[in-house]
Amino acid sequence: MRYSLLSLVRNALSGHRHWRPAWRDAAPKPAYDVVIVGGGGHGLATAYYLARLHGIGRVAVLEKGWIGGGNTGRNTTIIRSNYFLPANAHFYEHALKLWEGLSRELNYNIMFSQRGVVNLFHSPAEREGWTRRYNMMRLNGTDAEVLTRERLAAMLPELSLDPGARYPVLGGVIQPRGGVARHDAVAWGYARAADRLGVDIIQNCEVTGFEIGNGRIAGVETTRGAIRAGRVGLCVAGHSGTLARLAGLRLPIETHLLQAVVTEPVKPFLSRVVSSGALRVYVSQTAKGEVLIGGPLDGYNSYSQRGAWPTVERILAGAAELYPRIRRLRLMRQWAGVMDMSMDGSPIISATPVGGLFLNGGWCYGGFKATPAAGWCMAHLLATGATHDLGRAFALDRFRTGHILTERGEGPQPHLH
Amino acid sequence: MLLLPCPFCGARAETEFVFGGDGSVAPPPEGENASDAAWTEALYFRDNPRGAHRELWFHRHGCRRWIAVERDTVSHAILRAELLVPSARKDGQA
Ligand SMILES: Cc1cc2nc3c(=O)[nH]c(=O)nc-3n(C[C@H](O)[C@H](O)[C@H](O)COP(=O)(O)OP(=O)(O)OC[C@H]3O[C@@H](n4cnc5c(N)ncnc54)[C@H](O)[C@@H]3O)c2cc1C
Ligand SMILES: [Zn+2]
Repeated sequence: MRYSLLSLVRNALSGHRHWRPAWRDAAPKPAYDVVIVGGGGHGLATAYYLARLHGIGRVAVLEKGWIGGGNTGRNTTIIRSNYFLPANAHFYEHALKLWEGLSRELNYNIMFSQRGVVNLFHSPAEREGWTRRYNMMRLNGTDAEVLTRERLAAMLPELSLDPGARYPVLGGVIQPRGGVARHDAVAWGYARAADRLGVDIIQNCEVTGFEIGNGRIAGVETTRGAIRAGRVGLCVAGHSGTLARLAGLRLPIETHLLQAVVTEPVKPFLSRVVSSGALRVYVSQTAKGEVLIGGPLDGYNSYSQRGAWPTVERILAGAAELYPRIRRLRLMRQWAGVMDMSMDGSPIISATPVGGLFLNGGWCYGGFKATPAAGWCMAHLLATGATHDLGRAFALDRFRTGHILTERGEGPQPHLH
Repeated sequence: MLLLPCPFCGARAETEFVFGGDGSVAPPPEGENASDAAWTEALYFRDNPRGAHRELWFHRHGCRRWIAVERDTVSHAILRAELLVPSARKDGQA
């Protein structure tokens, strides 16, 4: 069923009893052309573009839990393309353009809200850095503006611009086309659209091993039996290391925790996404009115998917400094996701030393915004065996050839990215 | 919150320490003998275990010594902690 105003009215008038599940609950078949491991946004988008752009319909997405239950459903949904290095800039700009048409493309409201993403600076050095980056964005053809304190005051009425603050705000930058989207809807929208093109979405199906012969992949072992496939794509985010080990590979990736919290819902007061590097915090307000607060990694390797309190304390202090009213709010929820932190802070979309096994990972804390373009490039790689132009710089062998992509230049220390 | 057992200071909160990364990585031999491949492995490739992980911590707000800790990356249980001394290198080099 196509979703439309008409379908909404018709179902409303019949008491909403005739809505059908948005995708089939598929059982695994013995063999597929392509198997995708991981039913997050990236895996589902890859499946969708495989079917849609490359006409490959015998595709299965295997998800160990439920789709979107990993980082897709845990992230703070910021979408932006404010990168400095050309490879990252063009890739994320392509993603942003896909986001702009995605609700229509998928016939599913992903609630993409281009409310603008603001980054504050608190020191002359930070100002130079951000201005350089935003000028570079303009050269790359992306929207970018530098904001004075006066413009910030007009744009963000409750933002504390107190000159006596520990880190007084000197100004900021904005990417007006940046924004947020509804994370679950992205998984569900891609799942529904892929399902309609014949993709099997198989939940509660954990990949526990690989069948590899003569250096080529022949299939996967799962908790629901063996499945044959000549091409397998890994889209498992924080679990990349675990899956790679099953295939006998070591990766330039460490697994770390990233947390977020939400407060109780309040009336709208914050219309943009506001981020501060000096305070190491970012805030936005959800459609439900909750203040959503995120920050840096917990800072040491972990697969626990449970964040520690010192980070919560730190990010709350930062949020309260930006928006003093947050002090009076109660927290509703706190959670963490396991992040696949690559050694240079940039992603990997790549062939691997195992023939037919492809990796999409190393997204660090920025993979949600990449979802459509990551799926786009990964589908191209799985369908043709060749790298898409947009993803050329993300090959795994860059760590051997020295063509690493570090936006910030902090060296191979994932806990500092 | 981690409580790290510093061999000098006793159990202290993680906020007193600075994380120093994966402590299982052996630096490649110095000078002419180091191949590109050895450097690539040491700089970029990690076991990234789901389980026991050897890692380094610096007790910044305490004794200011480096310690090597073995910690489970799922349960966060501390399995071992010892003072990091040069002779702890496997190959016996200082
Ligand atoms: C708190 C937090 C805030 C974030 N904020 C942002 C943000 O504002 N903007 C942004 O762009 N990014 C953000 N991110 C990062 C972003 O969420 C991730 O980079 C992105 O979701 C990764 O996409 P994915 O589809 O690959 O991951 P996931 O949704 O995690 O999908 C991977 C899936 O693989 C499955 N899987 C794992 N192992 C197996 C197996 N053996 N067999 C079968 N299935 C398996 C998992 O169950 C999971 O569903 C944030 C992350 C967190 C945790
Ligand atoms: Zn000590």
